[in-house]
Amino acid sequence: MTAVAQTQRETGLTGNSAIAYAMMQINPDVCPAYPITPSTSVIEEFSSYVADGKVETELIPTESEHSAMSAGVGASAAGARVMTATSAQGLALMWEMLYIASGMRLPIILTDVNRALSAPINIHCDHSDTMGARDSGWLQLYSETVQEAYDNLIMAVRIAEDKRVQLPIMVCLDGFITSHAIENISLLSTEAVQGFVGEYTPDSALLNVENPATFGAMTLPYAYMPLKKQQSDAMTASKPVVEEIAAEFALLSGRNYGLLEEYKLDDAEVAIVVLNSSAGTVKDAVDTLRAQGKKVGALKPRLYRPFPHAEIAKALSGKKAVCVLDRADSMNGFGGPLFTDIRSALYSDANRPQIIDRIYGLGGADFRVNDALGVFDELFKVQETGQVDELIKYLTV
Amino acid sequence: MGPLLLYKALYFMGFLKGKERVGMHAYNEVRWHGRAQQGVVTAAKVLAETAMKAGKNVQAFPEFGPERMGAPVKAYNRVSDNPIRVHGQVTEPSFVLIADPTLIGMVPVTSGTPEDAIYIVNSTKSPDVLRTELGLDGTKARVYTIDADHISLATIGRVMPNTPMLGAVAKVTDLIGIEPLIEGFKDNYSKKYSAKIIEGNQNAMQRGFEEVKGG
Repeated sequence: MTAVAQTQRETGLTGNSAIAYAMMQINPDVCPAYPITPSTSVIEEFSSYVADGKVETELIPTESEHSAMSAGVGASAAGARVMTATSAQGLALMWEMLYIASGMRLPIILTDVNRALSAPINIHCDHSDTMGARDSGWLQLYSETVQEAYDNLIMAVRIAEDKRVQLPIMVCLDGFITSHAIENISLLSTEAVQGFVGEYTPDSALLNVENPATFGAMTLPYAYMPLKKQQSDAMTASKPVVEEIAAEFALLSGRNYGLLEEYKLDDAEVAIVVLNSSAGTVKDAVDTLRAQGKKVGALKPRLYRPFPHAEIAKALSGKKAVCVLDRADSMNGFGGPLFTDIRSALYSDANRPQIIDRIYGLGGADFRVNDALGVFDELFKVQETGQVDELIKYLTV
Repeated sequence: MGPLLLYKALYFMGFLKGKERVGMHAYNEVRWHGRAQQGVVTAAKVLAETAMKAGKNVQAFPEFGPERMGAPVKAYNRVSDNPIRVHGQVTEPSFVLIADPTLIGMVPVTSGTPEDAIYIVNSTKSPDVLRTELGLDGTKARVYTIDADHISLATIGRVMPNTPMLGAVAKVTDLIGIEPLIEGFKDNYSKKYSAKIIEGNQNAMQRGFEEVKGG
């Protein structure tokens, strides 16, 4: 496949515009939507593409997010390629239907523009919305930049629809910070995107009268558990698919994506683990300390569901001290979700590091390079003493 | 002397002041102050688009809050030769662009700025008077004024101070050039606005460039 690049970092788009543009290039069959801040402009701009005849998508404005995902389930079961977008309470209202989508093995593609869950009401970024959905059977990809959000969405189509996967997927990007900031982006040509995602041809679909199938049927225990096992196996099996499709996308775009991004981690003694936009801020902090001769690094999981536990354990094995930055609190008395997952992944590693959890950026609280430097200072102290004074702590309060 | 030591030496000698002072990542950071509906968010966008056309890496983003017409708003830019990785508010801008002078004294417009920051204020007053009003007497700050209200009224037909201010930015900073600004505006907005509006905005930019005072 030849590299087809429509633009090379000379276009400036917000995260939401980039997502809407990718959706236009993908041209899904159905887009059921109930717009909500800060993902509103995804649907707003996409509806312009629909109105202008740039896509053949059936746009279904619904009366709630629950209905949007219900319509998505129906359309996907009928055999359509379905995409939508939401945030925060919108994702929460889809809750019941998220599980229906994954349990029915429907490869729906959803963009979640990360926003804090109420209460108190807050429209700004944190990850409480998608972290709450982390065990709903959806794959989750996280995006540091506008570019990554665009690239992830295009790859997401192929991942979800792969016969080895057949699961719904959500692409996450930070509300306002990424969704509403203009950044340089390289866009693929629409032909290249179309060629990459291809046609969606499900093995079975409600509208496939040649091969009638039952969807969403009642199951008794003898059938329920094997079906759940299949679903679980598909989730596990999706990990190499994510890698394969990233490799294929790299040939097309020249941009490389792994399950994780390791930043100066090889010889690092202490490291920060962080998702989404703050990873860039942490990288700047890493460079600042590297310039002073400090052996520090960063790890950014791109794939969070399925959880790349073995890859994360390998990346962090032998480090002296690690801080997981969580932009959500599980409110369970034991820190954030990324922390408990990563700590668990490291349990059986003989060379596991000391590990601490720092909750940051809730409800859009700013996280600056200096905040990341402060975390590294804490890690140096842990490294020096071998002791963890505070396992879990809120930053910048 | 390695590049890092050279950077540090230059920094402490004052040659690199006005850049973000974290490590080796020198981003030019801009903070726009205005009131909702005055167009500072659009201005930040146009600044970014112009710098990007010149091969720069950019960010443009507003500060979000409840939307109320006339409420104080801020917008931000980062402009750099290197990819911009930091994501977060601009808190130490070297460039402060004030579209509405009634915000001075109401909003902490000088907050976090380095001593030699550049200020461009939409005002009929002289730069010296504004320097005093900003509380910058005796500092190395460079204060410029531009009568952006009257220029925009004459060129665009309504008060739209952001446009002449962009011309002033092209004059007094290295962030953007006047030709790319004027040409780029036409390229990017011809589909959205009529030829008359495009021309009015271009004239406003040119006059902002020519009429900005101070230093």
